[in-house]
Amino acid sequence: MKERTFRQDHLLGIEHLSVDDIETILETAEAFIEVSSRDVKKVPALKGKTVVNLFFENSTRTRSSFEIAAKRLSADLINFNSSVSSLKKGETLKDTVLTLEAMNPHIIVIRHSASGSPHYLTTFARSSIVNAGDGFHEHPTQALLDALTIQIGPPSLVPVEFEKLGATVSYDMRGGVKNADVVMMLRVQAERGASNYFPSIREYRNRFAISRELFALASKRAILMHPGPINRDVEIETSMADSEQSVILQQVTNGIAVRMAVLYLLKGEVHETLN
Amino acid sequence: MEEKIKAKIMDDKKMKRALQRLAIEILEHNREAEKLALIGIQTRGVHIARRIQGLVKELEGVDIPLGILDITMFRDDLHMHEHQPAVKKTRIDFPIEDRDIVLIDDVVFTGRTIRAAMDSIFELGRPATLQLAAFIDRGHRELPICPDFKGKYLPTSRRERVKVMLQEIDGKDQVLIMEPKGF
Repeated sequence: MKERTFRQDHLLGIEHLSVDDIETILETAEAFIEVSSRDVKKVPALKGKTVVNLFFENSTRTRSSFEIAAKRLSADLINFNSSVSSLKKGETLKDTVLTLEAMNPHIIVIRHSASGSPHYLTTFARSSIVNAGDGFHEHPTQALLDALTIQIGPPSLVPVEFEKLGATVSYDMRGGVKNADVVMMLRVQAERGASNYFPSIREYRNRFAISRELFALASKRAILMHPGPINRDVEIETSMADSEQSVILQQVTNGIAVRMAVLYLLKGEVHETLN
Repeated sequence: MEEKIKAKIMDDKKMKRALQRLAIEILEHNREAEKLALIGIQTRGVHIARRIQGLVKELEGVDIPLGILDITMFRDDLHMHEHQPAVKKTRIDFPIEDRDIVLIDDVVFTGRTIRAAMDSIFELGRPATLQLAAFIDRGHRELPICPDFKGKYLPTSRRERVKVMLQEIDGKDQVLIMEPKGF
């Protein structure tokens, strides 16, 4: 096996990563899946390291996933929630982060609605920055966990199809789903004003929701993915969400392994020479 | 660091003999073969364990379970590396509770790998006994660890490196002592 070295100081998005970086993260994550299946789900790899979850937007599952990932690596973790923080008192993002940094954390996981805010942090912060979703821009650990779920899913899918990164846009669900290996539904994000983009939930459901009948058009061993939280009977029919083809809950489990891999590989040291 | 071969210590015949002796010693020491299990430490320890497993099957006709252990997460020097070492897979598919476990590695040196392996195993359960088989014991222990079974004791100097080469990985069975170039 080829020995790889991960040389990133931060995880801001997938676009900055090389194929090698992505493969390193996924291989490391695969090794971490085993840790979560043990009775004692803890390894001492990040003992003495501090991880800060800095969430300016509610995202309970992403925050919990990072929290569990950090704890399974024996890191100390604090949750910094914007709704109860000094931001309410008028502190700027920069001052908030500088204050946190004065407490010498190693890794800051940030969720912020403004695209590019994690990148902005790297211009002055000394900790490793992990983007846990920056608005309309990226959510790299979600992309990685999706990739991991697909990779360890049915063997028929493994990378060949993914190497041709060309995607086709289709507005016809039947045509789109036909012979697909992976059907990935996304949530209608009401909080980002999604409902302004179509006339009514009812119409959306009728045209786009994934039903048993629709999914039957996909390839025989296709999997159904969804990042959660799911809106039952909006984008996904209840019977499909609970079906055997659904890997939605597996995505949650894999999410922890991916975040463990990211925290482990970053380690929280910014290498001056690489900046 | 560039290295050169200082000496060839074992060829495939000698290695085969040493492995056979290890398998016999492990069986002699563990009367209840059905309680026995092997755990190989990634990467070369796993292949050595697999061979011992095969030899035990040949000798006694028993199948003893084999686990794979990666100790990266339990290393005590993680903070000393500039980049994190690669994590490999751990796969132990049998309960280790109340079993006689033989840990297997290619070379025992400072003892720190074995310390990490012991920590890792005790997170998984409480074996009845934990024993250590090292194919090569090269001395220079920094911890109170001593193999129960060894293929060969090989006194070395610290600047040397013992290279156990295996058919499965290196395409050839041999043991070499390497030393830095220029010495």
